[in-house]
Amino acid sequence: MTDQNSTVGQSADAVAPPPPRDRNWADAWRELKRAPLSAKFGLLVILVYVFVAFFAPVLTPYGESEVVGPAYDVWSDARPLGTDNLGRDMLTRLLFGARNTVGIAFVTTVLAFLIGGIGGIIAATLGGWMDQLLSRVVDILMAIPQLIFALLLLTIFGTSISNLVIIIAVLDSTRVFRLARAVSLNVVVMDFVEAARLRGERIGWITLREILPNILPPLAAEFGLRFCFVFLTISALSFLGLGIQPPTADWGSMVRDNATLITYGDITPLLPAGAIALLTVGVNFVVDWFLHKTSGLKDEH
Amino acid sequence: MNTNSNGELLLEMRGLRIDGFRDEQWHEIVKGVDITLNRGEVLGLIGESGAGKSTIGIAAMGYAKPGCRISGGSIVFDGIDLMKASEDEKRDLRGVRIAYVAQSAAASFNPAHQLIDQFAEIPVEHGKSAKAEAYADAKDLYARLQMPDPDQIGYRYPHQVSGGQLQRAMTAMAMSCRPDLIIFDEPTTALDVTTQIEVLVTIRDIVEQFNSAAIYITHDLAVVAQMADKIMVLRYGELVEEADTRRMLSDPQEDYTKSLWAVRTFRKQVEPPAKEPKALIKVDHVSASYGPVPVLHDITFEIHRGHTVAVVGESGSGKSTAARVITGLLPPKQGQVYYDGEPLPRDYRRRSKDQLRQAQMIYQMADTAINPRHRIRSIIGRPLSFYLGLDGGEREQRIRELLEMIELDPDQFIDRFPSELSGGQKQRICIARALAAEPKFIICDEVTSALDQLVAEGILKLLDRLQQELNLAYMFITHDLATVRAISDEVIVMLQGRIVEQGRKEDIYTPPHHEYTELLLSSVPEMDADWMDNVLAERANKGGIQSAGN
Repeated sequence: MTDQNSTVGQSADAVAPPPPRDRNWADAWRELKRAPLSAKFGLLVILVYVFVAFFAPVLTPYGESEVVGPAYDVWSDARPLGTDNLGRDMLTRLLFGARNTVGIAFVTTVLAFLIGGIGGIIAATLGGWMDQLLSRVVDILMAIPQLIFALLLLTIFGTSISNLVIIIAVLDSTRVFRLARAVSLNVVVMDFVEAARLRGERIGWITLREILPNILPPLAAEFGLRFCFVFLTISALSFLGLGIQPPTADWGSMVRDNATLITYGDITPLLPAGAIALLTVGVNFVVDWFLHKTSGLKDEH
Repeated sequence: MNTNSNGELLLEMRGLRIDGFRDEQWHEIVKGVDITLNRGEVLGLIGESGAGKSTIGIAAMGYAKPGCRISGGSIVFDGIDLMKASEDEKRDLRGVRIAYVAQSAAASFNPAHQLIDQFAEIPVEHGKSAKAEAYADAKDLYARLQMPDPDQIGYRYPHQVSGGQLQRAMTAMAMSCRPDLIIFDEPTTALDVTTQIEVLVTIRDIVEQFNSAAIYITHDLAVVAQMADKIMVLRYGELVEEADTRRMLSDPQEDYTKSLWAVRTFRKQVEPPAKEPKALIKVDHVSASYGPVPVLHDITFEIHRGHTVAVVGESGSGKSTAARVITGLLPPKQGQVYYDGEPLPRDYRRRSKDQLRQAQMIYQMADTAINPRHRIRSIIGRPLSFYLGLDGGEREQRIRELLEMIELDPDQFIDRFPSELSGGQKQRICIARALAAEPKFIICDEVTSALDQLVAEGILKLLDRLQQELNLAYMFITHDLATVRAISDEVIVMLQGRIVEQGRKEDIYTPPHHEYTELLLSSVPEMDADWMDNVLAERANKGGIQSAGN
């Protein structure tokens, strides 16, 4: 690269780029069109789930926990997927389950990222005793197997949705903390962070404006993966009876409640399990694509 | 320099075309270059970064880096058509008959193995010699390359030897199978001048001893003048000019070549203003250390308003540490730094906003010195709002003024990200960010050493102009004495954390010199094909100092 063409007026690349905001959207749209089939499929799955979660009450004539017929009723026109162990409509429960399970998993993951992400960046930026303190606390939390620890805490604090969200968020934030701290450490040593320090910037500016934008790609990819793990943890807890409590519809407990049907060769109880699997696969497709894109960007620098 | 060529053709590349993959498209980066190289001949490839010189060098092995492909032309090495040869055939050539010495020896050695094991790997793997033979040969080569303690040094790990030694160990490794052709890719660029001359001498000698042909890739004309029999100047993947070294130096034909040759002639024109009684920055008997390791020993110097003080020395001489003490990043163990007669708090965290504003810093690597996720507007605008409280239209206006000051068109650049700029443009942005704080004093830490010579000259001229317009004081840290000569008013020479000599530039550059200053000055390659021989002869006469770098 020569610097000669930088002089005002005689620039070789004089074609003015379009305004930045338009460019960002145009870039995003172009990227999306070039995305591989798997990523498009993943995005479609996620969009469908979000749509269902928002419009569940409109999509079905029945209420979430309304008893509409005999228990374990077969598939029919009025009730396309039959009824569950208490005679509630299976399809309705499935649609509302999207809202509950996905919604709670999403809130939990966001909370885990807020706790772990901020903690990790602060530990990396400040270093010293703060880093020691936070890292050791995280080590202690991680020393106990996660599911068992969650069961223990839920038993102690009681099984409400808010408790569930907070406990899983705190336990999961340890993983986020370690990632955020590791990637931040690479950025903290950069000259532009030193320049910001020498400018006299406060810690808030340094973490939010200087470091965060640079670690966003790996964190965003991790968000997708974490979301799946949280989702599975909640379903597992619900299956064990300590997660989302009845009568709230939830895919994990729906599997457990209707498990007996499998003995009779009926696949209905597998549908909520399939819904879990499909979303997990979809999210992972998108994450893979995103990781591929961002690591490709790294080569350019 | 002696031409050992007996006219036997070794390598011939005809109409070589290489594509690089960028922005989802193939771009031609080497556009039809012809190279012929005889046995025992040394060819110098020079050009700025992006000229395609490394790509061509590697192509001589029939290899293209990931993301590149050889799209056309022919490569014939000693009768073997490398374009048609299978991977296995090419693998038999590489390392055995064609060897490669990379710029960064530190990155090319495996840190987990001893040097000598890595030396022996290729000859043993290719069945050229038994392990014991290879070890004996390594020691012999280490001795020829004048490495200290040649019998034992091979048993060290890469991190246990210095940069210059590692570069020589790498050259020895390339020699292990006595290749017909060696490709040197900027082998001395990362080294200090005093180390560079030693490595150059040994490389030249060993190439002569084994009558190998070599392709020597560099951006430093003075270096290539010492090494090559003929020189090719490249630009944008095309040949600009090709000639014998002496003719190329004395009589370049093309304008571009002439402009490359002229770079080293920039000199600061204006005399610095008279010194005010109070120095702007005074470093008073400062000692500092990293943990228990002392790095600075009782250094004292002054920097006056409007003056440029160049601090020179090898890596590890403490010149950057001195800057860290002044900025407060490294509080001194003893001594005090004064700004305009007032003592500055030792730690930057205790300094007031205004004290921080007065002293700004420009870094060596512009890539890492500006946040890649911010637009130029916020990079330059932040000091404006932070220090001066500007916002809205006022701030926008000032950003534009600053961009004009650094000779970048505001309309084009204000909304860009750093990745959309060239290296020199990024460094200009760093300068604008420093100027935005309206400082009196700027520390320039090796600001031009990562840049091509033409670009570096542009930066030096810009800094010089800004100094005259704004009466800035510069502390200019560098290991490049050509830069010192171009820009400084006063010079401080540092060695192992001590100031060896300081004074006005004219005094430093006129004899008598301090012994170390003499060594530094005489180690800077000059644009004269006989320079290295002359220096060696002179040093041999004086005796002794030649080994000072070891």
